[in-house]
Amino acid sequence: MIAANVSRDLARAISAVENRISDLPVALAQLAANGHHAAVGHADVIGVTGPPGAGKSTLVDRLIEGLRTAGESVAVIAVDPSSPFTQGAVLGDRVRMQRHSGDRGVFIRSMASREGGGGLAPATRDAVRLAEAAGFDVVIVETVGVGQVELEVVAVADLILVVTVPALGDSVQTIKAGLTEIADIFVVNMADRPGANRTALDLRQMVREGQRDIPVLQTIAQDGTGLPALLDAIAARRHGDDSNAVRAVRFEVVRRARDRAVMAALAQLDSADGAGVLDRLRARDITRNDAIDALVALSEGPVHAY
Amino acid sequence: MPIKVLVAKPGLDGHDRGAKIVARALRDAGMEVVYTGLHQTPEMIVNAAVQEDVDVVGVSILSGAHMTIFPKVMQLLAEQGVDDICVVGGGVIQEDDIPKLKALGVREVFNAEASTQDLIDGIERIVAEYGRDRTRRAAVQTSAP
Repeated sequence: MIAANVSRDLARAISAVENRISDLPVALAQLAANGHHAAVGHADVIGVTGPPGAGKSTLVDRLIEGLRTAGESVAVIAVDPSSPFTQGAVLGDRVRMQRHSGDRGVFIRSMASREGGGGLAPATRDAVRLAEAAGFDVVIVETVGVGQVELEVVAVADLILVVTVPALGDSVQTIKAGLTEIADIFVVNMADRPGANRTALDLRQMVREGQRDIPVLQTIAQDGTGLPALLDAIAARRHGDDSNAVRAVRFEVVRRARDRAVMAALAQLDSADGAGVLDRLRARDITRNDAIDALVALSEGPVHAY
Repeated sequence: MPIKVLVAKPGLDGHDRGAKIVARALRDAGMEVVYTGLHQTPEMIVNAAVQEDVDVVGVSILSGAHMTIFPKVMQLLAEQGVDDICVVGGGVIQEDDIPKLKALGVREVFNAEASTQDLIDGIERIVAEYGRDRTRRAAVQTSAP
């Protein structure tokens, strides 16, 4: 059940975890204090991933429409890339979904990827949990436009749609590792474009060779063509066994370990010792390799003066 | 943490080249910029501002409808109990109207002569002066159950 004040309370809670003002338990406690305390595990999390410009946001807009028609409330966490140079970001996924504004059963939040390297932001996972606690039946996570190796959505989603478009490559692309391995449903969007049948055929062939039961569906998100079949495929898979749980947990454990290591490295780079090494590098006192060795040694263990 | 800004284009006017240039410039200044697209109603703008929990809403109006749209935006924000999101305006806005808009609570109005650097400086100043107290939010967290 979605309470009246959910938008602002959930928005605030997400900001708190995103900006590391609160950790997840504190943010959940605050949501609960405001009357939002739906049970863990009641929501289904649908991941939508694929290359930039494939129509992910437009497809998500259609999924919202379909799920709302079926009477389900929907939260969307839509991630767009942060600049690695300025930390700035343009978050434009919302443009495609604005017609749902004013519907209390829909909550849409854009999120800059910040330090997240796997197609999501560091706080995406917590935001999903908060949206669930706020009572949403379905949480859709839209990744940044991804390449072949940004797969972090597997740690968050119960069900993953990999959205592609015609003519991005020949059948060899379909047997490469990475993105094609994580799909529960393949969507060939912009199916009115030349090459759509070929792309779908290549994917079906790959699925069959892998002896997997993964639907390959064609859609035109712009006008809604193919959406009923996609919604049926999603519904059929939402309440099956949790075969994605093991890979999700493995992925998340590794990700957290990596995050801790990255935080440690950044802390050392920003420390006085780290700055000293970088000053010497800038002054050509030491080589790049020397600087790397010294900085790695700093973050790994006993601090010694270089 | 980066300043988060909503760039909104209300009404029937279909020109968003300027809004996109602004979005890009704010991005390059290290801000996180949510863009809503064209033809937004005041309700859509305020709903987006609340859900995105932005620091600043920048409303671009070229059509002359600013004395209709800004009062509505300010009223809707107040109805939702939002007092910590700053509203700024930009576009083609007559000098005479600027004091009226400021009286409504619009923090700043950037006219067509403003450079993107003026915008960046203005938004950073407004967030520093009127933006939500980020230390207070941190303090709330430590006292929570």
